[in-house]
Amino acid sequence: MSVGAPRALASSGQKPITEILHPLSAAEEPLSVTVGGDKQEMGLTNGTPVETSSPASTSSLFNRLQLDDDLEADVRDPYADSTEMRDLFVTVDDPKKHVSTMETYITYRVSTKTSRVEFDLPEYCVRRRYQDFDWLRIKLEDSQPTHLIPPLPEKFVMKGVVDRFSEEFVETRMKALDKFLKRVADHPVLSFNPHLNAFLTVKDLNKRQGLALLSKVGESVKHVAGGYKLRARPAEFCAMGEYLDTFNQKLGTIDRIAQRILKEQSEYLTELREYGGVYSSWVGSEEELRRPLEGVAGCVTTSCGALEDLGDNMSLDFLPVLREYVLYLESIKNVLRKRDQSQAEYEGRLEAAILRKQEDRTPMPLEVEKCQDKVECFNADLKADWERWQSNKRHDFKQLLTGMADRNINSYEKSQAAWESLITLLQDKQTEDKTSETN
Amino acid sequence: MAEDGREESVAADDDSQHTAEDGRNGLNNTMVEESPTLLRRMEIYVAEAEKRSGKNAVNMQETFTVYLIETRPMDALAEGRNPAPDSLWRRYSEFELLRNYLLVSFPYIVVPPLPEKRAEFVWHKLSADNMDPDFVERRRVGLENFLLRVASHPVLSNDKILHHFLTEEHGWKEVVYETGFQAKADSRLKALSATFRVRNPDKRFMDMKHYSDELQSHTSQLLRARARVADRLYGVYKVHGNYGRVFSEWSAIEREMGDGLQSAGHHMDAYAASIDDILEEEEHYADQLKEYLFYAEALRAVCRKHELTQFELEMATQDLISKKQQHEELSTGIVRTFSFKGMTNKLFGQEAPEQREARLKLLEELIEEGEEAVKDKTVECEEHVEKAWVDVQRFKEQKDKDLREALINYAVMQVSMCKKGIQMWSNAKECFLKM
Repeated sequence: MSVGAPRALASSGQKPITEILHPLSAAEEPLSVTVGGDKQEMGLTNGTPVETSSPASTSSLFNRLQLDDDLEADVRDPYADSTEMRDLFVTVDDPKKHVSTMETYITYRVSTKTSRVEFDLPEYCVRRRYQDFDWLRIKLEDSQPTHLIPPLPEKFVMKGVVDRFSEEFVETRMKALDKFLKRVADHPVLSFNPHLNAFLTVKDLNKRQGLALLSKVGESVKHVAGGYKLRARPAEFCAMGEYLDTFNQKLGTIDRIAQRILKEQSEYLTELREYGGVYSSWVGSEEELRRPLEGVAGCVTTSCGALEDLGDNMSLDFLPVLREYVLYLESIKNVLRKRDQSQAEYEGRLEAAILRKQEDRTPMPLEVEKCQDKVECFNADLKADWERWQSNKRHDFKQLLTGMADRNINSYEKSQAAWESLITLLQDKQTEDKTSETN
Repeated sequence: MAEDGREESVAADDDSQHTAEDGRNGLNNTMVEESPTLLRRMEIYVAEAEKRSGKNAVNMQETFTVYLIETRPMDALAEGRNPAPDSLWRRYSEFELLRNYLLVSFPYIVVPPLPEKRAEFVWHKLSADNMDPDFVERRRVGLENFLLRVASHPVLSNDKILHHFLTEEHGWKEVVYETGFQAKADSRLKALSATFRVRNPDKRFMDMKHYSDELQSHTSQLLRARARVADRLYGVYKVHGNYGRVFSEWSAIEREMGDGLQSAGHHMDAYAASIDDILEEEEHYADQLKEYLFYAEALRAVCRKHELTQFELEMATQDLISKKQQHEELSTGIVRTFSFKGMTNKLFGQEAPEQREARLKLLEELIEEGEEAVKDKTVECEEHVEKAWVDVQRFKEQKDKDLREALINYAVMQVSMCKKGIQMWSNAKECFLKM
């Protein structure tokens, strides 16, 4: 483990090596000042503690809080002090349709605010389409293979099944792209990647010439194809792999359950609407019962509306996030595989070198040492990212599930309010009638 | 059913926290207060249900359910004594016999209906089996409700057969048959024929008949739609139970998130389970709707009876007119209308004067009888119209009040369901926040 030594770390990006500290020593890094240090319990105004287990994640907490529209206003900035430390803010919004002779597509506005020296200006505003995000992600994967790159929303949508230009689809996609970019900007290593810089700043990304230069800076760890077989994955990475498999399974199950619920609710909604209609049609043959019957029909209609909103919200906010995480898991597994290959290469070369050493007493070749370094760096990067990822995942799912609970509660509340006001209305009329009878 | 709902002194008015139970008790209380009837003199319950085996009419073994009817005189209670109730067992078929007797004996009364013979409008989880304990229990409640309605009716409650039914276990059936009510029953064919051929029925009763059709149609539509809704709602709740299982499995691979997930899973299980009670409670609402579905039939029966009496009056009147005409023709010789006798007279010559005299005499007798008949029928028809209209008005008021109560109770049930749902999801949310 080499910390602090001036070595060309593959993941350094543009920043001079000496200034970049290894993510694991992040406690000294200015970006991630924790209020009170490790394992700080921060109370949200509703009294629920928020645990931050990794120091590297505290700076991302603010970023995450920016994502939370759901959190109450007073809770917005528990890390107000440390926001001073944040120096890169990105947002994706303002979708617009572009129609050209060749194709129709959507672009999004990507806004950046930063005080980093790597950026010429403090603010940027560019327009990007999905393709551009895809390009960025591929570049990140290639240039930072030891890190976990956040996922993008699904690339392909079946034409005819999903309307690519519908408001809901565009909205969902935009939120996912925003989250992607924020996660990248939030990452202590990825955020310094030159490709990200270009993505955020260059007016016309199609002019790729300028970028060809950038891609030469920094060495990418090319992963060596074939020949090397890994003997044994270290225990912690085995555990990682197992976790990913099981988690993937569970996510799949949750997705299926959520879809099933949506289907059942939709069928319930159909019957409920018809049911409300029967009350309405009964009104015609009644006099005294007119008001209660109309009232009940009205409440049923309100309940239908609430239920419909619930279903829409779950489709838009819940399912996409689940699917994003499935994609995330896939990409993490790939990184895990690359790590295995890196280790395999090292072990293979080492074995070969040892044999040769025994034969003709040559010293350990430099490339074997380089391989060893590579593996160790890879492991360190991956471990650090894994911790961050775990912490982020915990927050994301807490938010996701809490959101689901809130939406259900909200739906019931709307319905309850309608029924309660009907009861009051009808009971008032009853007492009214009774008093007029006795008079 | 709460036993304290019957005492004379209890006032029904209660504007505070309204529950579905209160609704039923309130109904019973008002039945006691408002009617100077049997119910004032006697407490009536259908307290229990039991399975029995025995030989039926064709000497085959069968299992059936009997219901325990308990009665206590009110004055004893008022005096502070608490005597043991008189009780006897009756089965459903005996209730049916009682009702049929009442239908025939009081054709101008909208006779309260019995609970359904077989379970209908069932949503899939509910049993359609007559032996199912839930069905038996709901039927017990329905039978008690029937007795209370009859015993609080200003006319029906005075009937001796009803008293017998409540107090004499053995030999009741014979007494009923002895009344010969079965002979008095109008044949369906007669009634149907009257419906088609009556010329001047009272418009109010025609409107009422039309209304009874509407009532029947809407209540049955509502019951069907409600059953489908219940089915679907059941599905929605139960699928959430799957979250319970997957959260539990997921929690096994998590460190900090594990506990929160696990407890949230338990709440999802509780949520899924809560639908059973909710829908069980809603069955009471369905039963109230069913009562009025069957009441619609009783209302139509009264209207049909009117059509029948009116039709019979018209027939009798027509018959009298025709006989008078015949008499006139015979005595004056002027044939105004075609008659077979007239034709044969023309063809074969008139009959002898003695025969003519005899026929005239006969006709005069028939005319006298006919006039009696018309008088009787007129009285019958008018009496029916008068008494029936009173009861129809009473029924209308009762229906408006009961259904209004039922709808309010339904709203109360919905509020309760929403509150439970909010509670469950809030509990789950607490656990999610602790993840």
